[in-house]
Amino acid sequence: MANAPAACTDCLRRSWLLALLGPYVEKIATGSPGARSPELLRLSNEDLLAAAAPKVAGQLLGRVEALGEGQLAAELEAASCWACCQHSSVYPAPLRDALDAPWALIGRGDHGLLANLEAGGTVTVVGSRRATSYGREVARELGRELASAGIVVVSGLAFGVDACAHRGALEAGATIAVLGCGPDTAYPAAHRSLWRQVSERGLVVSELPPGAPPWRWTFPARNRIMAALAGMTVVVEAAARSGSLITADLAADLGRDLGAVPGPVTSRASAGPNNLLAGGACVVRDAQDVLDAMLGVGARRLDRSGPGLEAGLRDALAAVEAGATTCDGVAAALGLPGGEAGAALARLELLGYLTCSPMGIYSRTMLVVPVSSAIG
Amino acid sequence: MLATARTFTLDGISARPVRVEVDVHRGLPGFAIVGLPDAAVREARERVRAALVNCGFEFPLQRIVVNLAPASLRKAGPGMDLAIAAALLSASGQLDWELLPRVALVGELALDGSTRAVNGALAIAEGARQDGAEAIVLPAENGPEAALADGIDVIPLEGLGRLAALAAGEWEPRRPTALPLELSAVAAAADLADLRGQPHLRYALEVAAAGGHSLLMVGPPGAGKSLAASRLPSLLPPLAGAEALEVARIASACGRLDAALVGGRPFRAPHHTISAAGLIGGGSQARPGEATLAHRGVLFLDELCEFRRDALEALRVPLESGEVSIVRVGARQTLPCRFMLIAAANPCPCGRGEADPDCTCAPHDVQRYQGRLSGALADRIDILAAVRQPSAEQIGGGPGEPSADVRERVVVARERQERRLGSGRCNAEMTPAEARACALGPAAAALLAELYARQRLSGRAHDRTLRLAQTIADLEGAATIGEEQMAQALQLRRRDRG
Repeated sequence: MANAPAACTDCLRRSWLLALLGPYVEKIATGSPGARSPELLRLSNEDLLAAAAPKVAGQLLGRVEALGEGQLAAELEAASCWACCQHSSVYPAPLRDALDAPWALIGRGDHGLLANLEAGGTVTVVGSRRATSYGREVARELGRELASAGIVVVSGLAFGVDACAHRGALEAGATIAVLGCGPDTAYPAAHRSLWRQVSERGLVVSELPPGAPPWRWTFPARNRIMAALAGMTVVVEAAARSGSLITADLAADLGRDLGAVPGPVTSRASAGPNNLLAGGACVVRDAQDVLDAMLGVGARRLDRSGPGLEAGLRDALAAVEAGATTCDGVAAALGLPGGEAGAALARLELLGYLTCSPMGIYSRTMLVVPVSSAIG
Repeated sequence: MLATARTFTLDGISARPVRVEVDVHRGLPGFAIVGLPDAAVREARERVRAALVNCGFEFPLQRIVVNLAPASLRKAGPGMDLAIAAALLSASGQLDWELLPRVALVGELALDGSTRAVNGALAIAEGARQDGAEAIVLPAENGPEAALADGIDVIPLEGLGRLAALAAGEWEPRRPTALPLELSAVAAAADLADLRGQPHLRYALEVAAAGGHSLLMVGPPGAGKSLAASRLPSLLPPLAGAEALEVARIASACGRLDAALVGGRPFRAPHHTISAAGLIGGGSQARPGEATLAHRGVLFLDELCEFRRDALEALRVPLESGEVSIVRVGARQTLPCRFMLIAAANPCPCGRGEADPDCTCAPHDVQRYQGRLSGALADRIDILAAVRQPSAEQIGGGPGEPSADVRERVVVARERQERRLGSGRCNAEMTPAEARACALGPAAAALLAELYARQRLSGRAHDRTLRLAQTIADLEGAATIGEEQMAQALQLRRRDRG
């Protein structure tokens, strides 16, 4: 197989060395984790060891060099992972643009996704772990629409925006999760089932070997991979000093497009993207904005028209658009008995026009009612 | 001289027979009570002494020993005063009543010899009948309640002074009339007509009542959740005779049987600080909890997220099995508790809901708060209703449909369920196998299958939706579940947290 992932032993040893150096780099990086770790990761093995762990450098180098080709392959095999290094054809082209690109990527899932990756067909969605319902909703919708337009959605499997972007993308297409620990580890552990879904139906990658634990510095380090992989990075929600903004900075440094989802100016959770917008980032209201920014206006149109609606359902939809958020509100607005309004909402939800929160609050999706049915 | 009398002690909600043996013999004057009496029984000495003297009897200045048999059973409460006094009178030769060994006596004595009401008169009267007593003598206040038990002669007694006259046949007591158990006796205070507007909430209540489904209402404070919950008992079918008696027995044992309760379904709304023992029953002398008090009625848990986790966990098994088993040293009790669970919660800690711009809750606080809604108990909730404050014109509008009209539809739907599932069962109790055997129209089946295939439904949620759809079909009198009914069920179902 021409495109089977392959990695040379040297590149793989680099990954294992990084895992061994975890605590040492942590010590250096804790001062300002965002700035230092990508710089350190640009260094060669010897320089990195000399900077991070001068006293035990020889010992660690010895341990890494003792790892044979067979042993590395066996460890990957045991974790049902594969690896590809910068010398392999599977290694994603966009990553080569980055000065500090990882030598090797350890992955789990569909490696075809990585081999065919183009910056123009990939979008990174990042944002706050403590996202509001607005941020989660937008992230999910972005993920779903981008994936359905054939775009690969990259994110970091974290709480909040990341998870929603993955979930949305999984509904419609392909997604890649970049982890700050070994690809065989679900982090955060609460996202184990999401991690499993992504590794089965998409791809999980990391520059760290299987079993490597996450460190604080590994998150900005994985952010640089996320930023480099995609042609555009979209920040959905982020506080003024958020890790997501590191990804945005890294993407801008690489000359990649930067997008931000506008939020209320009073919302602390939207301060980051609003600042980015003030600084000239693309306004991202929906997936169409992303496509326009990345591929040129009108290059690809999202087909958002949903199935046709009969008059009763159109009225119920209009009631939700006019501000009714509960079944009670819709029934009262239309003067319907509770049961009929409920049935209409259930149908609209099933058709994709509405979503319902676990608390029973309905909100409108981006789906557009086709014009023909609106007349008829 | 030795004399015996029969009495009863209350154990949970059932009465246990106790034989009072009084021996009066020569010796230093004294009064001892043996046979595991609790403090209230031991204090009967003072009450009985004063009551006898104040009613003109003579308190024997001899050695008096009262034995309460069986000696292994703990006796609690002041209800044994009357039996002790009667046996003492008989033993000291002041009362000559050949009927005494065949009559049960229950009642607390006041110092002037008048009788005071006791808890559990109905259970005691039934216990006396089972024990083979011919009549039961009890305080006049308890008369109407005890008269609910048939097959036994109920003799109400105002005071100890009348006992001699009764024994001599000089006084014929008037037999009390039993409390009415018909629903019509209930005051029309809590009627659904009070709920204005909110058509969907009304509908959710109707479906919940029709199928016995548990319901969770989520909404800001003051949106009408408690009002809606308190109207639910009035939507349920009237209690059948045996059921009404069961409810009355529990209420009587807890001292809550009064005209307001009799005939209606109980509605219990414990505060959220309640302990597990308070909720399902317990204590060293096991007492019925709120779950048992809500038997055949509604248990309303307001602020579900604020309840203690262990209390809610304790409710799990009773919800499934319909009874509570309390095991204490040397005793085991099984109390009935088939109730409908209605819960209410705020959408977030501040109560406004995330969609409200005034909500001040941090997103992770909201998640943590809503996380408390998941778990084992929430799994047993079928219906979710999002509640919002009704608009000004709705509140100002006319009254809604009254309870009686809704109840008619509910009764018809319940009859259909009983015909299909067997007597006394409702759709909410369907097993997964029964739920999957529901008659589904092709369009409804397609709708459910589509949602299931898109992984928006878990297996459990699939069955829950089927049960709801069946109830809606029963309400509408449809033989098979149609597409419209399935869509309504899909909307009503409680959603798993995604």
